[in-house]
Amino acid sequence: MEATEIAEKVSSGEISARTVVEQHIEIINEIESDVNAFNLVTAEKALIDADEIDSKIASGETLGPLAGVPISIKDNLCTRGIETTCSSKILEGWKPPYDATVIEKLKEAGAVIIGKTNLDEFAMGSSTENSAFGPTRNPHNLECVPGGSSGGSAAAVAAGFSPLALGSDTGGSIRQPAALCGVVGVKPTYGRVSRYGLVAFASSLDQVGPFANTVSDAALTLEVISGHDPRDSTSIPEKPLDISGFLDQGVEGMRIGVIEELSGKGLGGISQDVISRVEDAIKVLSNAGADVEPASVPASIYGLSAYYVIAPAEASSNLARYDGIRFGPRTEAATTAETMTATRTKGFGDEVKRRIMLGTYALSAGYYDAYYGKSQRVRTLIMNDFAKAYEKFDLLISPTAPTTAFPLGDKTADPMQMYLQDVCTIPSNLAGHPAMSVPFGFGADGMPVGIQILAPAMAEREMFQAAKILESESGNGIE
Amino acid sequence: MARLAQLALSEDELDAFTSQLAAVLDHAADLEALNVDDIEPSTHPFPLKNVLRVDEPDEGFEIEEVLEGAPEVEEHQFRVPPILGDS
Repeated sequence: MEATEIAEKVSSGEISARTVVEQHIEIINEIESDVNAFNLVTAEKALIDADEIDSKIASGETLGPLAGVPISIKDNLCTRGIETTCSSKILEGWKPPYDATVIEKLKEAGAVIIGKTNLDEFAMGSSTENSAFGPTRNPHNLECVPGGSSGGSAAAVAAGFSPLALGSDTGGSIRQPAALCGVVGVKPTYGRVSRYGLVAFASSLDQVGPFANTVSDAALTLEVISGHDPRDSTSIPEKPLDISGFLDQGVEGMRIGVIEELSGKGLGGISQDVISRVEDAIKVLSNAGADVEPASVPASIYGLSAYYVIAPAEASSNLARYDGIRFGPRTEAATTAETMTATRTKGFGDEVKRRIMLGTYALSAGYYDAYYGKSQRVRTLIMNDFAKAYEKFDLLISPTAPTTAFPLGDKTADPMQMYLQDVCTIPSNLAGHPAMSVPFGFGADGMPVGIQILAPAMAEREMFQAAKILESESGNGIE
Repeated sequence: MARLAQLALSEDELDAFTSQLAAVLDHAADLEALNVDDIEPSTHPFPLKNVLRVDEPDEGFEIEEVLEGAPEVEEHQFRVPPILGDS
C-alpha cells in the first residue's frame, strides 16, 4: 500500500495503525535475513507508537499527513534513546540524547519508525558494503549490491519493509541506491531540510531526503521534513514545501536539457542499457509537451575530482570528534593521545580511514592550494556552468548511475572504480541544487534503471512534475 | 598522514592505502589543466553571512544525558587517561 493510502485509511479508522505496522513487520521477518537492510528493527517500539496513534484516532484527534505510515531511518540520523551507529564500530551502542529535526517532524506527522537502516560507514561508499554490520543486498537480485551509501533505506522500500525511508545524500547517496533498487529517491536543495541530528560527513554537501515507491509519496514525505530550522545555521528560511497539489501539472511547454557530458555521449562508462532508457525518457517527456534538447554543463566532468578532495577534507575535520573520550567505545591505552589513536584505529573501517587521510593530505600545509583551494574554485565553475544551462532550460536530465546494480565484491578492491558510480550525481551536491532519481524500467539484466532529474535551487516543484510524467510511463508500477 | 589523522597503520596497510590514495590523487590531476585563477573559491552552495540566533537562554541537555554515551565518567566529567608524563 502507498503511504498516502495508509495515512488516509488510518485517519478514517478504516484500518488500524497496529495492523499496518504488524503487516510490515511480517514482511521484515520473512526476508530481512536475506536482504540485511536494517541495523536495528524497532518492532516493539513501533507497535507501541502505532497503538498510541490508534487511541488518538479513537478519541477523535486529527492526525498528521503520515498517520500510521511505517518509515525506515538511515542509521546516521539521531534517534533519541535508539542506537545510532553510522554502521561504524566507533559508535557501537551509542544512543543519542536527542532526535534529529527530521525525526521530530516525522513523529509530529504521525509516521511510525520501524527501524534503523544499514549504510556504508559514515555514508562513505556507493554499495553499502563498507558496513560494520555486513553488506545489504539488492531485493531485485540478492547477488547484487543495493547501491549506497543509503543502500539499507533503498532496499527497505524496494523490499516492502516500509513504504517510506529517509536517507542522506552527500554525492549521490540517496539517488544512486534509489536507481539501483528501482525506487524514487530525492536530494532536496541544500538547506531545504534541516541537518540538525544528521551525523556530519561533508557539511557543505550533506542533505537529508526521502525514498518512496511513488513520486507522490516522496513528495508528501519531503513536504513533512522540509522547512526552516533555527538549529541548523545553513537551513533556508522558507516555509515547508508544497508540492503535492502541483504533481499533475505536467511538463507542457517546459524546456528540458539532456546533459551531454553526463549522458553517455560525453562520458565513457555509461552502459548501453542506461543510455537507451535515457533516450526513452526523452521521448516520454517530449510526448508530454516538453521541449527536450541537448544541454551542456562543461565543468560537470570535473565534479568527481573536486568532490573527492572537498568531501574527504570536510570529513577529516568532522570525524576528528571520534576520539573515544565523549561517546562510543574506547580502546584503552597508556595516555590520552594513545587512547585516541587506538580507538580510531580500531573503530574506523578502511574506507573511512582512506578518506580521513585523503582529507588530511588535501588540507595540509603545502598541498592546500593545489588540492583544496583548486577544488573550491572548480566548485564555483560548476555552479556557473549550471547557472548558464538554466538560462536556457527549466530542468536537466541525465542517468542517475552509469550502470545497473553490480555484483557484491565487484568494486571493493578498487576505490576509484567505486567512486565513478557517483559521477552523474555529484555535480548537484557541489552546486547545492535539488535532484531526484525516478525508476524508469529495467536493463537487459532485469535490474532497475533510474533517470535523474536536476533542477535549479528551490525548483523542487517543477522537478516533481517531470518525475510524475516519467513515472506514469515507466512501466514499473508497484509490485 | 596517518599520524596526523591519529591512526596507527601496519606496514602492509600503509602500502595498500598509499597506492589507493595515489590513484585518487591521479584522477584529481585532471584539475591541474584548468585555469581557474580568476574564479572565486566556493566553500558553500549559497552565500551565507553569520547566522545568529536571538540571544535568549534556551534549554540545553541534562548533564547525565550527555555523559550517558561516554566510555568513562567520574563526578559529572569525562574521565581520560593521563595527558602528560607516564601513567
